[in-house]
Amino acid sequence: MGDFSVTLNRKPRYVIEDRCTGCTTCVEYCPVEYPDQFNQEISENKAVHIFFAQAIPLIAYIDESCLYLKEKKCRICENVCKADAIDLGQKAQKMEIKVAAIVLATGYDTYDPSLKNEYGYGRMTNVVTSMDFERLLCATGPYEGEILRASDRKHPHKIAWIQCVGSRRVTPGDNSYCSAVCCSYTQKQVILTKDHDADAKLTVFHNDIRSYGKDFERYYQRAEELSDVRFIRSYTTVAREDPETKNVFVRYATANDGVKEEEFDMVVLSVGLNPPADYQGLADKFGIELTEHGFCLASTTNPIGTTRPGVYVCGAFQGPMDIPESVFTASGAGTQCGELLDYRRGGLTRERVYPAEKDVSQEKPRIGVFVCHCGSNIGRVVDVPNTVDYALSLPNVVYAQEQLFSCATNSAKEITDTIKEKGLNRVVVAACSPRTLEPLFRDTLREAGLNQYYYDMANIREHCSWCHSKEKEESTRKAQDIIRMSVARAGHLKPLQEMDLPVNKAALVVGGGLAGMTSALSMANQGHEVHLVEKENDLGGMARRLHYTLDGLDVQEYLDRLVRQVYRHPAIHVYTNAEIVEATGYVGNFVTKLTSDRGPSEIKHGATIVAVGVDVYKPTEYLYGQDERVLTHLELEERISSGDEAVTGAQTLVMIQCVGCRNTDRNYCSRVCCSESIKNALKLKEINPEMDVYILFRDIRTYGMLEDYYREASAEDVKFIRYEPENPPQVEATEEEGRPVLQVSLMDYVLGMELAIGADIVTLAAAVIPREDNKDISQLFKVSLGPDDFFKEAHVKLRPVDFATDGVYLCGTAHYPKHIPEAINQAYGAAGRALTLLSNDIVTVSGSVCEVDEARCMGCEACGRACSYGAIEFRKTKQGKKAVVNPVLCKGDGLCNAKCPTGAIYLKHFTDEELLSQIDAMSATA
Amino acid sequence: MCSGRVDLEFVLRALANGMDGVFIGGCRLGECNYVTHGNYHALNMALLCKKIMAHIGLNPERLRIEFMSAGEGNLFTEVVDNFTKQVRGLGPLGKGEGEDLEPEALQERLREVTKLIPYIKLIMNAKLSQRLSPGEYEDYYTTEEIDALFSEVASYFIDPEKCQACQICLRRCPVEAIEGGKNRIHVIDQDKCIKCGTCFEACPPRFGAVTKISGGPVPPPIPEADRALERKGKGAEA
Repeated sequence: MGDFSVTLNRKPRYVIEDRCTGCTTCVEYCPVEYPDQFNQEISENKAVHIFFAQAIPLIAYIDESCLYLKEKKCRICENVCKADAIDLGQKAQKMEIKVAAIVLATGYDTYDPSLKNEYGYGRMTNVVTSMDFERLLCATGPYEGEILRASDRKHPHKIAWIQCVGSRRVTPGDNSYCSAVCCSYTQKQVILTKDHDADAKLTVFHNDIRSYGKDFERYYQRAEELSDVRFIRSYTTVAREDPETKNVFVRYATANDGVKEEEFDMVVLSVGLNPPADYQGLADKFGIELTEHGFCLASTTNPIGTTRPGVYVCGAFQGPMDIPESVFTASGAGTQCGELLDYRRGGLTRERVYPAEKDVSQEKPRIGVFVCHCGSNIGRVVDVPNTVDYALSLPNVVYAQEQLFSCATNSAKEITDTIKEKGLNRVVVAACSPRTLEPLFRDTLREAGLNQYYYDMANIREHCSWCHSKEKEESTRKAQDIIRMSVARAGHLKPLQEMDLPVNKAALVVGGGLAGMTSALSMANQGHEVHLVEKENDLGGMARRLHYTLDGLDVQEYLDRLVRQVYRHPAIHVYTNAEIVEATGYVGNFVTKLTSDRGPSEIKHGATIVAVGVDVYKPTEYLYGQDERVLTHLELEERISSGDEAVTGAQTLVMIQCVGCRNTDRNYCSRVCCSESIKNALKLKEINPEMDVYILFRDIRTYGMLEDYYREASAEDVKFIRYEPENPPQVEATEEEGRPVLQVSLMDYVLGMELAIGADIVTLAAAVIPREDNKDISQLFKVSLGPDDFFKEAHVKLRPVDFATDGVYLCGTAHYPKHIPEAINQAYGAAGRALTLLSNDIVTVSGSVCEVDEARCMGCEACGRACSYGAIEFRKTKQGKKAVVNPVLCKGDGLCNAKCPTGAIYLKHFTDEELLSQIDAMSATA
Repeated sequence: MCSGRVDLEFVLRALANGMDGVFIGGCRLGECNYVTHGNYHALNMALLCKKIMAHIGLNPERLRIEFMSAGEGNLFTEVVDNFTKQVRGLGPLGKGEGEDLEPEALQERLREVTKLIPYIKLIMNAKLSQRLSPGEYEDYYTTEEIDALFSEVASYFIDPEKCQACQICLRRCPVEAIEGGKNRIHVIDQDKCIKCGTCFEACPPRFGAVTKISGGPVPPPIPEADRALERKGKGAEA
């Protein structure tokens, strides 16, 4: 640990990275057509190509199908590349690097259904995997977003999905675990297919629907409620292919109709997730241990750590997981490396120094226009020399020139030099999308001592030459239109300053449960003061009520250890019996006032983590609260742990799932209850093997590796009986042969008959519910709640531990119900995100934010209502109420501008004046 | 900047500049990468703008808003080709509107309605930020509502008899539409006035000099020469 030596073998790209501009001219000329790996080999690509449209870096590489590499022929790409970027002589490079920590983010592999004959994959043309289908759906896919069948290139109209392909099966070659993501990705594919073809008839053959993730239940309903979409619970086989039409016949069985065979135009196999290819090789190389399934072996209390200190794992090598989990484990791996490496933080960084900025705001605009050929990408469509002349004819333009590649280092230098030489005070580069290169060109302005906001980019590649490559004259005219608009705007641009805010290095963690303590420790271990605030008397939260986990963790023992670590840590300050009274400030500079056992405190902190946890639903159904033999699951667990014989000695125990959720009141799945019930059932069976344990469920959602415990419970003779929500079980206190029992009656859909079970104990999987005080917390910290009143992250998939409010982060069950390892993953993730802020001395705020012209403000508050970030406040003045923007909170979306009646509020860099000048320039004919 | 930044004025300006159609592209609804979902604001603005266009005799089909992701190049092409074809079919602005609008008349109408943007934004504020579901687009703004909006446009007038030249309204006016000064009777420049009613709210009730005139004509401003305020002596009043 702390001193690894890693040998890397770097395959040659045959393209010089620094020179390639991603123009793809070489791709066009390359004569070799080769099955496109990224598009599942459905369509062709060239031997030289960019891997996919969003690849980073967005540059080409040459693969083994190249004629030169195979037969020393061709070399066309070398000749057509204007950037001299092709280097067919490149050799593989062996590199040795020294590192202190290693993160394994290898990802996963998908199950290959061609290994087994039963699904017809590889034999029947119109049987595809979900990965194939994913590409078919995509605009950058093999048929540019058209869903076509391989057999006849026609649109399939009737499509079936088969779930659990390769998953949840113990047959050789299959995986016994659940792949955790297929139910939801299939629903997504169904929704997208309906977007493509509203009349498509779609069928999903499924086992349990595992919509256990945040908002997944609603997503499932959305898919299911679409017209002509059927979800059929049935095992299925692919029966045969029609030799003529190549349609596929699927055999399935339903309770009412028995076995049926149905014809489909296309069948999609929802394939599961495998560990990465060569997982054993990886394990050997990195000296880590694996689970029996080939995933990384880790502990419940730190799923990010491997069996080898200093080697961490994130993403699906931990086990099958969805994007949000993958993202928070990534941040979590970051923070764990930080704990190891904190003492050296920033040691390799250097600060860039720019020349002093000149004040040109009083000068008349002197605009320079640089028109880029982009190799031949623009140049062979747009008449660049003519466009340069045209640019020179525009008002305020004092200089214009063409460049082969404006983004090349020497060209950027040329722009900097020209600014100084010609005294330019505004620059327009007519090239590609500002998304990729605007930062680079802004930098060239700074290098020349100009304010970086004096720059505008005219996109004449993506918006012009690429989309009208056949219409050269029109494209030239359009390029000139675009430049004219850009020049018009440039004339109105104002110099803007980005604000540097100091960052207070301390963090506030709200909630002292497992998640809160875990993130507090991680931050404190990296030298940050942490204020940990707990509402209750003791730390521990909901975990205080858990005693054991499926994989055998002694929760109380672990919790006690964690609490001791927290209390002993010199940088962590614990506030119990705390109540937050006021929270003000903004990213890097928050001030929170609270009262606690320590009396009133005022805490200054740079970051906030919300880890307030959850509550448990108090059932009103199934005689709960009326009959003492009806317990919730947490109560059951407490009774089992305390050795209550009324429970452990019961003859029959019935568990009822989904109590208080997956209904109209709480339209979500509590995620943990299925596994919790199975955990308790197994525990009861261990203590009292004679006990009859029934689990009455709607869908068993033991996703991922938890599936193995479901199987184990079945093997231990725990009886699983499915019920439908319209027809829930009935519980009645009665007597059975003189024995007082709780009679549970329900319909058994498999047997097709009513059952009555005489139970001694009935336990309820009571829903995990958001805390009552979530609303107060959300208002205090200006963060939002989702439709179910759990805290709402900035982006469900991509920013699952951030809030939209900068500097405030989220982890644990406050985000959504989750198991202990998941809460710990996310807690490390939140710590990692908080540290990316706290490890800086300053945060920079964009110059493009809103400002208010007070004289024009009439105090109508329309802007305040349009703002999602609480960036606008209203101040009383002698002239009435006036809006004031806090530039730190403003994100520059400009929604307020469109609402303001008087134009008092304006988004800098996108003012009415600037945008209207573009609109006017657009219509002004050249 | 988000598509929700697109202002009513931008669309009207493009039309006034002689554009035959305006297309607004936004991210897919419900898939905002931020928490703002500003594309719904853009949608509402566009729906309102269509109604306004219809009100002034322009074909609302000349404005189109569509939502798509950056990965949907083919959809974009399809939509833009289709829209271009549609606008071509409608003919030049003013010609294809059924009643063959003269360019001057068209410009006049656009000028008039552009002047009312502040007032429209004020009245429609709450509706502009709503998040609609697909079924609600059609009737979100009713023709009656838009007709009422325009028929109820109020003007504000300062009664020279009552004005005490206190300068409160003059200072509050967000667009400097009130002329006057110390001891000079205040007059609203109706060309500059955006009908926000700030002066009406600001005028102290004991003066009550600002009146709201709905529908009827606004009296002419009092001549420059007569604007000196003659303060009555206390004795005379008693």
